[in-house]
Amino acid sequence: MLAGVEIALDGRELVPRFDLAVAPGEVVTVMGPSGSGKSTLLAFIGGFIDPVFRVSGRVLIDGADVTRRPPEARRAGILFQDDLLFPHLSVGQNLAFGLVTSVRGRAARRGAIDAALAQADLAGFFDRDPATLSGGQRARVALLRTLLAEPRTLLLDEPFNRLDSHLRDDIRRFVFGHARERNLPTLLVTHDADDARAAGGRIVRLGA
Amino acid sequence: MLRAAPPLTLALFLLPIAAGLAGTALPAFGYLPALGHTEVSLGAWRELMATPGLADTLALTLRVGLLATALSVVLAIGFCALAHERPWLRRCENALAPLLATPHAALAIGFAFLILPSGWLARLVSPDLTGWHTPPQIVTVRDPQGLSLAGGLVLKETPYLVLMILAASVQMRVRDLVASARALGYGPAAAWLFAVLPRLYAQIRLPVYAVLAFSLSAVDVALILAPGTPPPLAVLAMRWFADYDLALYPRAAAAALLQLALVAGAIVAWRLGEILTARLGRAIILRGWRAPAAEPVAAAAALGAVGTGVAAFAAIAGMALWSVAAGWRFPAALPEALTLDVWTRHLPEVGRPLEMTLAAGAAATVIALVLALACLENEQRAALRPGTGTLWLLYLPLLVPQIAFLFGVQVALVQAGLDGTLAAVIWAHLLFVLPYVFLSLADPFRALDPRFARSAAALGAGRARIFVRIKLPMLAKPILVAAAIGFAVSVGQYLPTLFAGAGRVATLTTEAVTLATGADRRILGVYAVLQAALPALVYGLALGLPRLMFRNRRGLA
Repeated sequence: MLAGVEIALDGRELVPRFDLAVAPGEVVTVMGPSGSGKSTLLAFIGGFIDPVFRVSGRVLIDGADVTRRPPEARRAGILFQDDLLFPHLSVGQNLAFGLVTSVRGRAARRGAIDAALAQADLAGFFDRDPATLSGGQRARVALLRTLLAEPRTLLLDEPFNRLDSHLRDDIRRFVFGHARERNLPTLLVTHDADDARAAGGRIVRLGA
Repeated sequence: MLRAAPPLTLALFLLPIAAGLAGTALPAFGYLPALGHTEVSLGAWRELMATPGLADTLALTLRVGLLATALSVVLAIGFCALAHERPWLRRCENALAPLLATPHAALAIGFAFLILPSGWLARLVSPDLTGWHTPPQIVTVRDPQGLSLAGGLVLKETPYLVLMILAASVQMRVRDLVASARALGYGPAAAWLFAVLPRLYAQIRLPVYAVLAFSLSAVDVALILAPGTPPPLAVLAMRWFADYDLALYPRAAAAALLQLALVAGAIVAWRLGEILTARLGRAIILRGWRAPAAEPVAAAAALGAVGTGVAAFAAIAGMALWSVAAGWRFPAALPEALTLDVWTRHLPEVGRPLEMTLAAGAAATVIALVLALACLENEQRAALRPGTGTLWLLYLPLLVPQIAFLFGVQVALVQAGLDGTLAAVIWAHLLFVLPYVFLSLADPFRALDPRFARSAAALGAGRARIFVRIKLPMLAKPILVAAAIGFAVSVGQYLPTLFAGAGRVATLTTEAVTLATGADRRILGVYAVLQAALPALVYGLALGLPRLMFRNRRGLA
């Protein structure tokens, strides 16, 4: 997945050169204190890296080199700390925004979205305003939106941080379950050891 | 194509100013080929210096400019120093939008109605308090000291500065800063003045300079409120420009250039004042003086600011009342009866200027919005960091006195055969609309969480789709507010309309200012009310539309 990646800021090395391959269905956790460059690493894979960083190395998704592709052409699904549901769209419209264009026709698209909602215990939520949802519901909608875009890989940028502690286990299971079910190579960035334990995969440590 | 947006915007913006300044500077030094002058000479300057009463003109201009600016700054700062503390002052902030939307000229006309010896204020207290049964023989409006002119300017500049300070405070943790200073024994106003203002002032410096430049060189407000002999410098230059005697051109150009020098000098002097004040403030801080005197002073200034707001609303209400008054003998506080006669009689002649006002305002606003959004989107895509240089460029049309470059612009327009067209007027308005639209849009645009766009991109949306489907709707509120501000700025333009329109394109503002000297108060009231109502209406739409569009979206409320 990552080959010879190295990130520097103002001439200072941030992430030392390293390689990492994540197998389909595997969840690899990247841990490190804040400022260690772990979110920058995700931004690099997703294609949003700030040009102030000097980066070398390549990103391969499904064997294809996507390093030079714009973010929208990488098919890298990403979940941030906040759910970032678009506030001007309803829950269903948010999901439709994500749903791949290969699902055609109004009925088919609506069906795909309703099915996804039902499977996440959110049946009948199509017309709801995202602002009226609970934290756990919003987190699930955010994941559904990402999955409906049929990503080739999943990038998780501390997505459980803002959740109430009693929800965290549920949402972790929900996210990791879907990732494994779809055989997505998944990279989780966190500083929470519980996240890493729940992910149950290899752990890479960044920074000192 | 997007990459062409910033250079295009700058060209649209800087070319007229540069060409205009050149077109003013060259004739001022005797170079005016159209009249057969091709040799550099100081003749125009000698004529200007020999103008009777020039010293009084300069003294009046400087006095009014500095007084109006200093007063506006003090009132606005006093208001903000206490507004974070007093809920009732906070509520006054709701009154800002209508005050800002009202054009200078309309407010000046209303202010004159208010303070004339026969004005509303005198009527309210007569004859009970004053014993006046006829208007007293005193000079209030157009007083030789320029106090009424300064007052009219303060009415408009104070709310503007308050808004600028409030906008800048959003980016600071005012509450925490004030709380920690108060815990150390400073009063609420002193806490704000010492802990918040020093850093905040850097962000309102350019708006303050814009206020200073405007107060020194406003023509429309001066035509309504300033003394006629000697007039302020900008009015003097304007008279010579407008004269049929072309031999006055070089002298007019020299006066316009002197106006530019006056503004530049005043800005430098103001900067020195800032440095001295900052030094004084630091000395006080080093001594640990808790400045208890700051509390009553700030309270007085805050009251003064509220007073200007009340006066401004009274001015607007007064014009409206005059326009529907059937008869209104002097000491009566209110008209005897109300009638729509004046409205129905004069509405037909208002139609054409109203159309022009709407057309110019809508076109200039839409163009400004497109350019500003294109520049901001380009900035984001190219990950550019805007510097202070860009900010100064944006403020340039607000800092350079209009009279100093609009005349040159008119010369260039004549040569291009564009003078007197609506297109020329729209372009001239754009110079002043664009800075306001860009400045009000830039912060919300840059503040939009970039992760929304990233989420959309990760879902496969390209940049164009993200811009149209995510950014525009999420920014609908600030975009509409920016449009309303731009429209209000356009409606208020007097000198740009006059010069670019070559007197052939009449808007509500040019008509109102023309009528202000001598016309029936009731007719003038009609124009002033329309002039004030139009931007207010657009403001209302801008605030109401998003609520309607997003009535089911709490996240955007």
